[in-house]
Amino acid sequence: MAITVPRPKLNWRERSYLPAIVAGLAITFKHFKNMLLGRTKVTMQYPEQKWDSSLPDHYRGAPALVQDEDGRVRCVACQLCEFICPPRAIKIIPGEIPSADRFAKVEKYPEAFDIDMIRCIFCGMCEEVCPEQAIFLRKDYAITGFTRADMVHHKEKLLEIGGVMHGVVLKWNEKK
Amino acid sequence: MADQTPSPQLFNVQIDGVWHQFPKGTRVIEACARVGVFVPRYCYHKKLSSPGNCRMCLIEMGFPRLGPDRKPELGADGKPIINWIPRPQISCAQDVSEGMAVRTNSPLVKECQRGVMEFLLINHPLDCPICDQAGECRLQEFSVDFGNSKSRFLENKVKKPKNVVLGPRVTLDDERCILCSRCIRFCQEIAHDDVLGFVDRGSYTALTAHPGKRLENNYSLNTVDICPVGALTSTDFRFKMRVWFLKETKSICTSCATGCNTIIGTREDVIYRQTPRENDHVNSCWMCDYGRLNFKYLEAENRLLEPQIRSDGNLIAVDWPMAIAEAALQLKQFAGHEIAIIASGRMTNEELWLTSQLAKSLGVQWIDIVPRRGPGDDILLSEDRNPNTNGARLILRPTSEPGAKLTAIAEAVKSGEVKALMILKENTMHLGISVEQLARLPALIAMNVLSNEATEKATVVLPACSFAEKRGSMINGKGRLQRLNRAVRPPGNARDDWEILRDLLQAVGGGDSLSSVDDVFRRISETVPQFAGLTLSKIGDLGVHILQMEELPTMRPSDEENIEQAVAIQARRRAVRSH
Repeated sequence: MAITVPRPKLNWRERSYLPAIVAGLAITFKHFKNMLLGRTKVTMQYPEQKWDSSLPDHYRGAPALVQDEDGRVRCVACQLCEFICPPRAIKIIPGEIPSADRFAKVEKYPEAFDIDMIRCIFCGMCEEVCPEQAIFLRKDYAITGFTRADMVHHKEKLLEIGGVMHGVVLKWNEKK
Repeated sequence: MADQTPSPQLFNVQIDGVWHQFPKGTRVIEACARVGVFVPRYCYHKKLSSPGNCRMCLIEMGFPRLGPDRKPELGADGKPIINWIPRPQISCAQDVSEGMAVRTNSPLVKECQRGVMEFLLINHPLDCPICDQAGECRLQEFSVDFGNSKSRFLENKVKKPKNVVLGPRVTLDDERCILCSRCIRFCQEIAHDDVLGFVDRGSYTALTAHPGKRLENNYSLNTVDICPVGALTSTDFRFKMRVWFLKETKSICTSCATGCNTIIGTREDVIYRQTPRENDHVNSCWMCDYGRLNFKYLEAENRLLEPQIRSDGNLIAVDWPMAIAEAALQLKQFAGHEIAIIASGRMTNEELWLTSQLAKSLGVQWIDIVPRRGPGDDILLSEDRNPNTNGARLILRPTSEPGAKLTAIAEAVKSGEVKALMILKENTMHLGISVEQLARLPALIAMNVLSNEATEKATVVLPACSFAEKRGSMINGKGRLQRLNRAVRPPGNARDDWEILRDLLQAVGGGDSLSSVDDVFRRISETVPQFAGLTLSKIGDLGVHILQMEELPTMRPSDEENIEQAVAIQARRRAVRSH
């Protein structure tokens, strides 16, 4: 069934469009004047200038893996982020920590952890779902590459972006 | 079992205020399940004895109040007045009786469940992120359904051994164990290999294998299945994939003639595990480790991926139409008595039927399957390691037992009487045909999953599918028609066996209007009387019995006798201990 959209009734002044054109030009001239007087600055000279300093704390940039104070990759390859990821950007291959390792108690670690940054939509669900506080969205937003393969962040790259996260996750110490 | 007796005695039982009737001998927990009331349980397993040690299935129980005339007193509503037992009872070790009343959701029951959950979780590690059971863990599920959201426990958790290798296929994490003893009872009652037990009574009770022994029987991985938590883990599946990623396909095991019903767990065309699927006519709840782990070859190095034909002495990869045309051309050069077909008992009924049609249209008399035997046991593993010997008996209709013609075929190949040989999913090495003799054959058409001596010397190589990559039906050793389902796609250019055979059949003239495997099955049902009236989808997940092999004994795993015997052993042990 066709829906008739009611159009507003215009009076003769509005139908001539002239008052609207004049009002628009007035704004343009105001900006022109301000620019001549050096009062406005509308363009940030990216990439020479960046807005990194004014990014809010909750900014959602590239996801990254973090290490704890002892240098252990906090991720235990539970694959919940892989499961929750809406665009399926994350791929994890779990591995077993050998019994001679100093973190042998944790038993499991990600042998490979890839995030396809072409797919990633920066939704932050991986950070939210992580039971180990191992994945965080950092402030990196300029993710570039020449090939599709370049755009896949492997574990090394993710750890490099993530760095060391201090904080209490008492789960894997002896008192567990 | 009890409801199969001609006129079972029925008892009136009240469950959560509603009266039902159950046959004598029904356990209360099963009676509840039958009317849709789920009672949580850890130690109880319907195929094992009931020790009643987890206390999770506590319920309130009562009986009608009897008046001075020993008749139930009736209330205002005309129903018997129930005298409730003041303390909760376990529902797993109690049979129903006349007039019994059960409450499964009263405040007392809920308080009991909460209390049991709290005790179980006191020492349980919080390692769900690395635990393989997460996602199918009873402790996780019941913690949400019946437990508390917070722990009141302030002391240190008890430390127990982790990563204990119990046997070649099973790894144990004692900290996760909730001491339900299912695995111990399984080993006693089903596997008849009494190696597991609890040691160190008290807070430090731990599951362990008998000193000097290992859990290495052929049924060890069933303990992993029945473990309600992540204590027993499969060394093969451990840390490989989280269970919630696995796509589950109902299928059957093709490693022997038993044809255990299975669930194949796959993700993105990779098989991660096989687990048994309950079917009381075939495998109860169990399957053997040999069959369970027999899927690794799908990703073997020597998997055939491309159809090949021999040109100037070398095998070159070609496309499918060319390979089929070449095979048909080579076969048509020879008269029927110069061709032999060695088929396989691992092929499905549909493939065997197409093979028989191919033989018919070529006029081939030399056709047989290769028998495959190995040591069996009296639990599940059959001596006949071909999953579909009975299918071959029915469909190929050999005049003699399967395998009887093989020596004659081998002799004919050696003498040069047979000039074209088709080897379907088999190898000829153990038949006494040497590689040189194979290489001398003018036409050797080999269809297989992996390469072997026959495919290396073949003039046409046809890469086919394994059991997990195709749909079809097989008849197990006891005459039950069961269905295979496709769990993964075949790799490379490998193709469904029935399609290869259909195309070949069409190329030599015949086999019209077969566009799906269901069509092939329909043709079988028209020609083979035992299949009459069936379709591939009518077989269902649990199969249909179509052959009367012999009077079928009841499934051993659920044998009441075995359970009674095991209970007797336990009682004797207890007596020894108390002295």
